Amino acid sequence: MSRDSAASAPGEPGARSGRPVGRKMTGSRWGRFVEGGLLQGGVQGSPVLRLFMRWVRRPLLPVMRLWRRNIQLKVVVTTLLMSLGVVLLLGFVVIGQVRNGLLDAKVKASQSQATGGFTVAKQEADSAMGADGDDRSGSGDNPVQNVSGWMNSLVESLSSGGQGAFSVVTLATTTADSSRALGPRGSGYVNPSISVPQNLRERVDAGRGATQSYTRIVYTNSQESQPALIIGTQVNDPKGDPYQLYYLFPLTQEEKSLSLVKGTLATAGLFVVVLLGAIAWLVVRQVVTPVRMAAGIAERLSAGRLQERMKVTGEDDIARLGEAFNKMAQNLQLKIQQLEDLSRMQRRFVSDVSHELRTPLTTVRMAADVIHDARVDFDPMTARSAELLADQLDRFETLLADLLEISRFDAGAAALEAEPIDLREVVRRVISGAEPLAERKGTRIRVVGDQQPVVAEADARRVERVLRNLVVNAVEHGEGKDVVVKLASAGGAVAVAVRDYGVGLKPGEATRVFSRFWRADPARARTTGGTGLGLSIALEDARLHGGWLQAWGEPGGGSQFRLTVPRTADEPLRGSPIPLEPKDSRRNRGLNDAGLPLGGTQKLATVPAQPAGERTVPPMPARAPRVAGAVDPAALPGNGARVVPRPTADTRGPAAAPEETSEDRREVPREETSEDMPEAAPSAGGPEAGAQPEQTKQTQQLKQGEASRGR
Amino acid sequence: MKGRVLVVDDDTALAEMLGIVLRGEGFEPSFVADGDRALAAFRESKPDLVLLDLMLPGRDGIEVCRLIRAESGVPIVMLTAKSDTVDVVVGLESGADDYIVKPFKPKELVARIRARLRRSEEPAPEQLAIGDLVIDVAGHSVKRDGASIALTPLEFDLLVALARKPWQVFTREVLLEQVWGYRHAADTRLVNVHVQRLRSKVEKDPERPEIVVTVRGVGYKAGPS
Repeated sequence: MSRDSAASAPGEPGARSGRPVGRKMTGSRWGRFVEGGLLQGGVQGSPVLRLFMRWVRRPLLPVMRLWRRNIQLKVVVTTLLMSLGVVLLLGFVVIGQVRNGLLDAKVKASQSQATGGFTVAKQEADSAMGADGDDRSGSGDNPVQNVSGWMNSLVESLSSGGQGAFSVVTLATTTADSSRALGPRGSGYVNPSISVPQNLRERVDAGRGATQSYTRIVYTNSQESQPALIIGTQVNDPKGDPYQLYYLFPLTQEEKSLSLVKGTLATAGLFVVVLLGAIAWLVVRQVVTPVRMAAGIAERLSAGRLQERMKVTGEDDIARLGEAFNKMAQNLQLKIQQLEDLSRMQRRFVSDVSHELRTPLTTVRMAADVIHDARVDFDPMTARSAELLADQLDRFETLLADLLEISRFDAGAAALEAEPIDLREVVRRVISGAEPLAERKGTRIRVVGDQQPVVAEADARRVERVLRNLVVNAVEHGEGKDVVVKLASAGGAVAVAVRDYGVGLKPGEATRVFSRFWRADPARARTTGGTGLGLSIALEDARLHGGWLQAWGEPGGGSQFRLTVPRTADEPLRGSPIPLEPKDSRRNRGLNDAGLPLGGTQKLATVPAQPAGERTVPPMPARAPRVAGAVDPAALPGNGARVVPRPTADTRGPAAAPEETSEDRREVPREETSEDMPEAAPSAGGPEAGAQPEQTKQTQQLKQGEASRGR
Repeated sequence: MKGRVLVVDDDTALAEMLGIVLRGEGFEPSFVADGDRALAAFRESKPDLVLLDLMLPGRDGIEVCRLIRAESGVPIVMLTAKSDTVDVVVGLESGADDYIVKPFKPKELVARIRARLRRSEEPAPEQLAIGDLVIDVAGHSVKRDGASIALTPLEFDLLVALARKPWQVFTREVLLEQVWGYRHAADTRLVNVHVQRLRSKVEKDPERPEIVVTVRGVGYKAGPS
């Protein structure tokens, strides 16, 4: 909610870029297989195969995405497939049952019919034999023709009883002597030899009694062949020779019935499948619509529109979900409201305290100034007291102002007023402001890179405060050597680096300089009387811009402080146009002398975007052994190359990165003890008040920046 | 330079101290301790400048500022303990010309007061044109088509500063120096707020200004006449 959280840390992914991770796991096993194997190109094989897979995968990807994202589609497709399976299974079972039922009836009827027919054929043969015996003398000269005629009439008489419901066929036995055998006969244009399967004929030859089978009746005329049940047996003709008698029952009617059932089932099945799909679609829609609504509203809630609620109708589970969701939103809103109220109260409190403190302080201040102005009339002791009073009031005021500024950052009450500004202007103002101090110190301030406009969307007041702090610090600790202010702009970022050649920073100090009230060397006389909050405020200011403030230094080699801000507000920073470690650092020069390529160190110094949470030691110590021969080893770990993360969990003192060794930590409290301060202050305050022109102190804003990192 | 200054502050110690400092600098201070009586005291003492504390019992400073501004263009300098943007902007929008954040130094206060009173020095007779406005510098009047527009002295100064050099783009810092008398860059919100106030009075359509034109990233300039 605070602005601090609006811009993400370097390298940290945007807040809403990631979809929920769990979603990917929702795919079915098949889906995972397809994704893992087919879609992710997980095929272990030749490159050609992989290429082919990629080629296949490409058009599938949108479909797969839709499949993964759309639960409605998933459910409907699954329902369709499953109901199709069920309908098919059901269809096969039903059709099998119907067919069996139809055939059973037909077979029974046919068997009784055939049995009757066989009996008749036997009786006919027996009676014909008797008659034959009677008139053998008369017409026994051509028995074959006689039997043939008899059989013709037998087939005729047998088939006439069925009125086309069946056909009758006689065939010779397979083993019969072909010269004596009787030719095949059939009723109703049945082609006898083709319609009767060969294996049935063998079975009839072999077995006793009736044998049945299925076949297709083939007709001698143009009538279509049709399926049929065939029942056959072996009987004797009047001469006592065996022949085969077959009954063929066409199954046309049964087949018609069966195909009718099939058609009906198929139509019904199709309807069922389609309707089930539609039902699934409707049902899922009922569930999915509120879920989608909830998702949309949750998104809007997280975007800050806390008054969004779900529409709740009825009392079903979906309604309960809606109610629970709304209750959650309500509670969330309430909690946020409470926190906001709390924050507002705190801000109000700070504001009130500031007012309450400031009014008496103003009176004291004015009284002290009046006394101070009149000190020439006092005796020396009182006059000195008046001076001390006025000086310490200055410090007190600055401290109060800085504390309030910090508390404003802590309360998240600091607001960025960004507009496009030319940083050259800011630098010019800062330098002209620091000129008097620089003159006193004998320092020359140079500006590099101000040929072109260096424009960025930034809060001029805050950037000026940061830069004033850096420049004043550089002059303070520059030991009279030059201070170089470098401007650069590239790749969506704008940077200002302030380089001094003074005492520099000891190893580990590059990060600690940003800690509140941190002082490197309390023994050194402080001339500006900083509060120890200046760099902390500067860091917060940089953060508010979504920018970085970083320090680099080496003992005796000076230091460089670099401010990087994005060119347009709220754009994440990816790098800085100026390397943190300057080219003229001892290490870089040492490397150059040793003839080693500069590129490696350059890269190291150009701080890459580190994830916010990663607060590891800069990569320097690991590399130290490699270059140890070339450079003064003491200078090495002073590299403070690190990214100042945007506040994550720890907003209090991210700059006080806990990377210092325990040895370092033991040193800190000792350095911070305040017993040195009283004696440092008078000597510092005195000359300052006298020498510093009035105008530099004219505004409050000016003073707020004059904090120092006081080493 | 003599000047009557009305101090509106409820803190008696501070008011007394302000009195000592102001008298020491040759001003004639008068005092009122609560907001309800501020307007009556203002009418009675007819000050050349008002020093106004923002937190007052009764009517608060913002309200008092609005009431005074409604009937007079007298310079108003706010005393505020809050340097937060909102507080300052609200104060400026209610009509204050300048503000000074507690704790301040006496010299700073006096410099601010002098800067606001300085304009009483006689200006040379001068006629300026900006847009379709005619400015009579000596007569302290701004007219459009013969109808005069009422501006506070500060707004008048701002307009004159822009109109005198219509070819020049003024940065906020330059305006602060020329109009407010800051020798060092201060809060540019002062300029922003007062340009808004000026526009609301002189522009036909304050959303699309023609008299005071913003030059993005730099500052303001006078519109073409």
